Amino acid sequence: MATKKAKIAEKKLEVISRLKQFGTQIYDQLDEGAFPSITMPSRSTENITYDPTLRQYILGENRVGRSARNIRHIRPFTQLAWVAFFSNELTSQRKTSTLRDVYYSAQAYEMTFNDQQESNNIITDLETLTGYAREEFSIFPEERSAIFGDLDIGYTVPGYEGKSVNLTSHPDGVLIGPAVTSSEFIKTTADKVIAIEKGALFTRFIEESVHSKHKSLLISCGGQAPRQTRSFIRRLHDELGLPVYILTDGDPWGMHIAQVIISGSANAAHLRDLNTPDAVWSGVWASDIIDYKLPTDPLDEVDIKRLYELQKDPRYQSDPIWQREIKLFLKIKRKTELEAFSRYGLTYIVDEYLPAKLDQKPQENNRKKK
Amino acid sequence: MGQASFEEISASDFFYRNRDIAGLTNPSRSIFVAIREVVENSLDAAESQKIPPDVYVRLSFEAEATKETQIYKLRVEDNGSGIPPRFIPSAFGQVLYGSKYKLKQARGTFGLGGKMAVLYGQITTHQPVTVTSSTGQEKIYTFKLMIDIQRNKPIILDRKVLINKENWHGTIIEFTIEGDYLRAMTKIIEYFKQTAMVNPYANLTFVDPKGRLYKFNRATTVMPEPPKETMPHPYGVDVELLQRLIQITEHTTMSSFLRGHFHRVGEITAQKFLEFAGIQANKNPKKLSHEEIVRLMQNLKKYKDFLPPDASCLSPLGEELLKAGVTKELNPEYLVVHQRKPSTYAGHPFIVEMAMAYGGGVPKRGNFVIYRFANKIPLLYDEASDVSYRVISAMNWRRYKVSPDMPIAIVVHICSTKVPYKTVGKEFISDRPEVRKEVANALREVSRQIQHFLARQEHVHMEKKRLGIFSKYLPKIAEFATNLAGKEKKPDIEKLLKSVQKYGNEES
Repeated sequence: MATKKAKIAEKKLEVISRLKQFGTQIYDQLDEGAFPSITMPSRSTENITYDPTLRQYILGENRVGRSARNIRHIRPFTQLAWVAFFSNELTSQRKTSTLRDVYYSAQAYEMTFNDQQESNNIITDLETLTGYAREEFSIFPEERSAIFGDLDIGYTVPGYEGKSVNLTSHPDGVLIGPAVTSSEFIKTTADKVIAIEKGALFTRFIEESVHSKHKSLLISCGGQAPRQTRSFIRRLHDELGLPVYILTDGDPWGMHIAQVIISGSANAAHLRDLNTPDAVWSGVWASDIIDYKLPTDPLDEVDIKRLYELQKDPRYQSDPIWQREIKLFLKIKRKTELEAFSRYGLTYIVDEYLPAKLDQKPQENNRKKK
Repeated sequence: MGQASFEEISASDFFYRNRDIAGLTNPSRSIFVAIREVVENSLDAAESQKIPPDVYVRLSFEAEATKETQIYKLRVEDNGSGIPPRFIPSAFGQVLYGSKYKLKQARGTFGLGGKMAVLYGQITTHQPVTVTSSTGQEKIYTFKLMIDIQRNKPIILDRKVLINKENWHGTIIEFTIEGDYLRAMTKIIEYFKQTAMVNPYANLTFVDPKGRLYKFNRATTVMPEPPKETMPHPYGVDVELLQRLIQITEHTTMSSFLRGHFHRVGEITAQKFLEFAGIQANKNPKKLSHEEIVRLMQNLKKYKDFLPPDASCLSPLGEELLKAGVTKELNPEYLVVHQRKPSTYAGHPFIVEMAMAYGGGVPKRGNFVIYRFANKIPLLYDEASDVSYRVISAMNWRRYKVSPDMPIAIVVHICSTKVPYKTVGKEFISDRPEVRKEVANALREVSRQIQHFLARQEHVHMEKKRLGIFSKYLPKIAEFATNLAGKEKKPDIEKLLKSVQKYGNEES
């Protein structure tokens, strides 16, 4: 596991050197008496395409320019330089910050943003320019999700270096924050990851000891999984070689939560390694509604509209199961929630449904061994 | 059966009974009108001799009259031509007597206003008027007069003669009048201020009943060319005027009568017109029957080929003087003036002059401030009924990128031998198509110039803002880049900032 440790430190150096390169580029242009300018990939919708090989959205060839010469560019250009400067400070001093904190910190440098959306956009610009996710610049979102299971991690955050913790140590689960995502994996007995849409079922799974019964690391996504959680799942998959199973509500929205973990989102088309293409959507499927005779609600208009949208989405073309389940949803016009299994008793979902789903043949496209 | 009684009333009596039509409607309005009429006579008297006017006005409290009104003494001194002694009694003591029956531009129209003021003073206070005047000759004459209202004749109460050691010329008039100064105060002071605006060559002094001094000093001694007297234009005559001309004429043929009494009628025009009207060229005008006179008048109006009147009888301010006057009273940030070419309505020549002032001392009212003048008289009442107001309101201002909440003053001066007032009170100008067209054209011209000014200002403003943005952000970029690059010395950005100034228009 020592190599992993090196990898994290290495990555930090990479990021810092990329920021320095950006600063030097501007410095040299100014020094030559020129208005500094940069180009970066365009994030406009025309430039976002789906790459079937990478199994995620990517940015195309189009690039946009930013020049300090242009009166409309100079403000965002300065903001970008500031965010790079601030990220460099954070990363070199091994501190972290949040999106909101960045927005407020700007005021100290007389670099006010109109609102947090503006500062968020500039941070996304820096991601696009450098190809690194904001978490690697030590900037994290507020949203938190949690993990529980037998995994020892070694902290790399200042003050905790050398300390390690087992992720079963706290019965509510451990927040997936900067300290966890920057940690190194030491050892685990788990042989799979189960990502769960909702906090309530995550807690139930802990109570029912799913982590030991099924040798799994449990992750609560808290709805749409945050980017750092998605990238953490990717690491669990890549570094520990664990298969990933996703449990969501049985409706188009739950289906898409799983899809974003698997294929990523268009908003993050400028970044890599946020998605886990080999992850599996285990349920709740439309066919489960029939097979398990689950209590349901009718699909409403928005649900149906969403299903038709997803039907055309390139991410839903890779595996036949998506189209099959979308068609079935549209046919039965019903939806359900994970909690629906409680009609068969509190432990049914753990004792009956989950084992059946985990045994299910992996989906065809995902069967390719790494 | 009663018998209707008919009595002939004199002109004085008529105006005494109908003083409302001269604007003497209430105590505050009356005092305003009285001051205005006398001051205008003074200005005319100086201007006709090309003397830069010095007019001193003092209104002093005499006694309480009623709950709302007081008795005031009004004294107006000028340095004008003065009045020959034999004319003084009639000039101030007989209504409709005056020097303004010939055609040239003057402030007053009927020779009525000043005498109305005196008449009003007499009927409200029963006191005589004192007139002192000299034409600059050896003697100064002082008359104490009252008007015999029923007979329209002056009554001379006293007459004094003084030696004029210093060759003084001018007129001093002093009389008492009942009115309400407090309520008229704002208008009176506004009147002086605006009068000063279109008479930049005049010194105006006003001492009010509280002893406050308002002084408006001249900004120049240059004066407009005084108007020349002209004969009436054929389009502007009526039956009454024709009859009077026929009475006094010495011409014995129609052809020479037309040439001798009408403006811009020569041999050929007279001949062609008489053919058109079917009147024999050698007919004696005194032999025309009443019906023939009426037909002559109708034909004069119908005939299309009279030459338009020329404007030598007008005395516009001119662009320079208008500029001087507006600058003196408003001190605007930017000022444009425009004088239209002479035009005519119904045989009367007129000229429209306009100024548009922006910023500086222009009062901010949330709407354009409009200063209206006719023959250099400020028009202070009934703004909304005036042709200028209508033209200004109807203008598509967005086209000129001008909005009413900008600090903009519009000065409209219409001068004419016969200003088309709507009422005898001389408060607003009627909406005649010819006048409206000239006002609109003048307004478009000054608006175009203001638009250019505003565009330039906007440009300068944008440039400043632009430079401000570069000066704010470039040093920061330099600072962050220096830090990121791990350098010690900041790059020099002065040259870049200079280049922004130089190539200000690119990429904006």
